[in-house]
Amino acid sequence: MRPARTLAVAVRVLQQVRRDPRTLAMLVVVPCVLMALLWWMYRDVPGPVSPFDRSGPALLAIFPFVVMFLVTSVTTLRERSSGTLERLLAMPLGRLDLLLGYGLAFGLLAAIQSVVAVAVSVWLLGMHVHSAWLLLLMAVADAVLGTSLGLFVSAFAHTEFQAVQFMPALVVPQILVCGLFVPRAQLPGVLHAISDVLPLSYAVDAMRHLTVGATSTGVAGDLGVVVGYAVALLVLGAATLRRRTP
Amino acid sequence: MVSIEVAGLVVRRGGRAVLDGIDLRIGAGVTGLLGPSGSGKTTLLRAIVGVQRTHGGTVTVLGSPAGAKALRSRIGYVTQAASVYDDLTLTENLRFFARVLGVGPDEVERVVRAVDLGGHRDHVVGRMSGGQRSRASLAVALLGSPAVLVLDEPTVGLDPVLRRDLWALFHRLADDGAVVLVSSHVMDEADRCDQLLLMRAGAIIADGTPAEIRAGAGADDIETAFLRLVER
Repeated sequence: MRPARTLAVAVRVLQQVRRDPRTLAMLVVVPCVLMALLWWMYRDVPGPVSPFDRSGPALLAIFPFVVMFLVTSVTTLRERSSGTLERLLAMPLGRLDLLLGYGLAFGLLAAIQSVVAVAVSVWLLGMHVHSAWLLLLMAVADAVLGTSLGLFVSAFAHTEFQAVQFMPALVVPQILVCGLFVPRAQLPGVLHAISDVLPLSYAVDAMRHLTVGATSTGVAGDLGVVVGYAVALLVLGAATLRRRTP
Repeated sequence: MVSIEVAGLVVRRGGRAVLDGIDLRIGAGVTGLLGPSGSGKTTLLRAIVGVQRTHGGTVTVLGSPAGAKALRSRIGYVTQAASVYDDLTLTENLRFFARVLGVGPDEVERVVRAVDLGGHRDHVVGRMSGGQRSRASLAVALLGSPAVLVLDEPTVGLDPVLRRDLWALFHRLADDGAVVLVSSHVMDEADRCDQLLLMRAGAIIADGTPAEIRAGAGADDIETAFLRLVER
């Protein structure tokens, strides 16, 4: 592993994204628009705790995860189909250098996305949370998790269409059992056990701890699990990247 | 001196042998690998670069098994499709690959000149013509002056003037000591090579200088020699 090469990959990925201002704009604007939509949906719903305050933070965990998953898997597939991946793997580039470079570049994009989304939610839409900073930190960690998962599954996809199909296959089930619709404690036993091993559950749990009326003590543990999954998926992604192909 | 040695190489794909026990030796100079499309040229080149999964036999490059770590900075490889980033400029592409290879930024300028793309440094590769893109891809392979150059159909679709210039470049690189292996399905490029390997249906059917192959088949040109060898 060579930091200079990791950095070279990250700079190159960012240069490519810069050439595509529409994607960049959508990356930043879409989550904000969705948060505004959520706020608007819940505006006239009565209750002691605003439902926006209850569900909003969870969605701030899910958006960056989903968006980064898609962006990463499609970008990596493009690298594979254009032949540049084959060329890079014939060069003295460590497989982990490549994946960490991607992780670094998309992590930075995710940070920008999350800063704007959290700022809009907390200061413009008036979402009440314990700590906007912890919320931001979790959102970035969730985005990196999405990037790692995207890098990992791209090893199993041969076309961009297949990569996009992994979204309903691997991401939507995580959203269903992560506690957003039914609190995880109330899930049937088997589903509860399944949700216990899915990383998005911990991402949403952490956000739950940050909502007003909850205690923020469990956040560190949840953050640890999310980061652990992100690292493990990156290492697995490197292991499945083959220099020799059929 | 033998730089590349292939012995008993077998590659199967979908139960079918794409390469069926290839034996060959490649030394200094410009070696042309000629054969129709589908004859297994790309698979053979990929095996030499070390990115092809093989099913038997050995491939040795500069004394190491193909694909060995030590070889990764000593082989320049140009794939058939231009493997460069379409959304980056020529300079951005070259700077990136130079950093991956660990060679200095002055190399970027040298290879831009070598492929005669001096006027296109800041052009986005995706908007270049096909010929310019394949030269951009070639420029990447020249970074760091590798000892072995493996070029998969680098002259396809180029205008005759450019083709002549590129073959002159290959010979200059060979004169400087590089082993240059170029594939082509255009038989009339045969006479531009020092050594030839004729390939058909996963096997090498002739091996030698263009003159030797012509004489051996009793033909005036390589195309006729190829036909005679096949029909023999």
